[in-house]
Amino acid sequence: MNILKGLTGLGFAMALSAGTALAGELVINSDQSDPAPKKAMEELIAGFEAANPGIKVKWNNFDHEGYKAAIRNFLTADPPDVAAWYAGNRMAPFVKAGLFEPVDDVWAANGFNDQLKSAATSMTIDGKKWGVPYTYYQWGIYYNKEAYKKAGAEAPKTWAEFVSNCEKFKAAGIDCLTTGTKALWPAAGIFDYLNLRVNGYDFHMDLANGKIPWTDDRVRAVFAEWAKIQPYTTANHAAIDWQDAAALLSQGKAANYVMGNFAVATFRDGGMTNDTLGFMVFPEITPGVPRAEDAPTDTFHIPSGAKNKEDARKFLAYLGSPDAQTRMNATLGQLPTNNTSSVGDDPFLRQGFEMLSTAYALAQFFDRDAPADMAKAGMEGFQEFMVKPENLDKILARLEKTRQKVHAQ
Amino acid sequence: MATHRSSRWSQRRLAPWLFLAPGALLFLLYVIIPIGQSVWISFYDWDGLGAATWIGLRNYADLLDDDSFYTSLRNNVWWLVLYLLAIPAGLAIALFLNQTVTGIRLYKSLFFFPFVISQVVVGLIFSWFYAPDFGLLPRILGFLTGTETAILADERYATFGIIAAGLWPQIAYCMILYLTGLNNINPEQVEAARMDNARGFAMLWHIVLPQLRPATFIALVVTVIGALRSFDLVSIMTAGGPYGSTRVLSYFMYEQSLSEYGTAMGYGAAIAVVLFAIMLVFISLFITRMLMQERNA
Repeated sequence: MNILKGLTGLGFAMALSAGTALAGELVINSDQSDPAPKKAMEELIAGFEAANPGIKVKWNNFDHEGYKAAIRNFLTADPPDVAAWYAGNRMAPFVKAGLFEPVDDVWAANGFNDQLKSAATSMTIDGKKWGVPYTYYQWGIYYNKEAYKKAGAEAPKTWAEFVSNCEKFKAAGIDCLTTGTKALWPAAGIFDYLNLRVNGYDFHMDLANGKIPWTDDRVRAVFAEWAKIQPYTTANHAAIDWQDAAALLSQGKAANYVMGNFAVATFRDGGMTNDTLGFMVFPEITPGVPRAEDAPTDTFHIPSGAKNKEDARKFLAYLGSPDAQTRMNATLGQLPTNNTSSVGDDPFLRQGFEMLSTAYALAQFFDRDAPADMAKAGMEGFQEFMVKPENLDKILARLEKTRQKVHAQ
Repeated sequence: MATHRSSRWSQRRLAPWLFLAPGALLFLLYVIIPIGQSVWISFYDWDGLGAATWIGLRNYADLLDDDSFYTSLRNNVWWLVLYLLAIPAGLAIALFLNQTVTGIRLYKSLFFFPFVISQVVVGLIFSWFYAPDFGLLPRILGFLTGTETAILADERYATFGIIAAGLWPQIAYCMILYLTGLNNINPEQVEAARMDNARGFAMLWHIVLPQLRPATFIALVVTVIGALRSFDLVSIMTAGGPYGSTRVLSYFMYEQSLSEYGTAMGYGAAIAVVLFAIMLVFISLFITRMLMQERNA
């Protein structure tokens, strides 16, 4: 992942050359640098231009990592008409700085309030909607069925079974849980799920938004559950990237992986098939807590400084439409946010769709739900806990300090 | 006649300033003014997008209360101290290579090679060298001690692992400085010393090293500055991890104000000012020394 950071500079260079727009020209900045997203975006633009003759799209595609830095520059210096970003707290800095434009009218005029209902909360800040979501994907536990067979373990129905399975995997020389936390964020997936299952969605969101101290006993309860699986997690997780951990799962050296659905392609590249790769919903921990899931949503927004807002609104309307989302997500291998779109044939997508449509609520992911500084400090704390669980008191005290600093401002 | 003389006089007065002007202007624009701006921003709470609020010295007060700041500072001290090893190591290699045998040019270029490749590449090579499961070093350690250690994932070793990677090109740089220095050694003095029966260490200490002083001075300056501005390797090899234990001030500043999760421009500027103050101590020392030498000469 780090190599990509080197491309940041390239992103800046492109931002400078993005340039001025002509009448009837719609400038879109986005970060679909990987092959599948790039193809999906090309199809989307072709479809939009066919449906709206007379509008010519000028698409500036950025490197995925570089985009995160570049967007701050181009939103203030030379805003495009449409910009890609993420839902939840991740868009809050731009909304609060007045750099995004509310698009409630687009939602109302196109029936999105019904069709995109599941994403409505995560698109809303201060009672207004600030963009249109087009795709999301589920998180959960991906597992290697052969590793289960080899260790003589059954796919767990409860958290207690999941934990007791770990002993069997250990005896078979297999990591019960794998992850690669070099880039920090994979650790947050584990925390999200433990907290969602121990304390539930509302507590999780309150914690992410700084309403609950990190030294709260309910937070400690989450880490107490985490401590049960910590000894069975891949020992070198802090040295490896998520793809390296995916290889461990594919090779049968690890049994379970808390991951997002985008990893399925990597598992398949590693030689796994629908017969060897399994997906399960993260098991219940505290009985009776309504089941919530992580489902990060990708979105498009209209910058408040856009020159061609009229056509930008047409683009968002097209982006949210059932057909466009069906087609785009078939290419992406992800789930459409429009509930009248149809889902691809892939078994993992089907399972994910089933899981998300019956969930009580959807979280975005720790680094999108929590403010940026809190997210960074939190993920470092999670990684430290996974290496040195004995440091828990120190970690929680530090996170609490960060929370007070973030929310004092 | 008088006017002619006075115009010549003013030419003499003005000419240096005119010649200096382009450089001075650029220096002002790209160095002096940004330094002032950084100091100015460090008094604000600003996310880089919205309005900035004046908070006086609070960023600095927060810094003093921030564990990450002390981690960065401590790592910077380690960098500074261990990076200085590049100077004796570079000298040793230079002395070793300063002989005439067939193919010495090739050996010299091979030793100089690490300085030519980009820091990013150095970082990547060393990451692979340290990588658990397929890296060379964990394999060797596993063979010798029975346990494989992932250097870059262990807070005790990670910073030293990065410094070792940084030393590789830095030693080459010091070596090349000393090699040029050795070329300029006065052979007559060496000859005279030899007649006085000076050999080995005595020869090196009393005859060779004093003549290498300009090279040592430059090597010291570039090494100290290089250690303080270390950023690329940290960013490439660990991104400050595991859990922030390999941060240095420059990376900490980047993290706080420019990275994916960093929006604290004021806080980052405060870190930059602290780093600048530390550098200023060393730079003033160097400049004073240089001025003193010039005055003596």
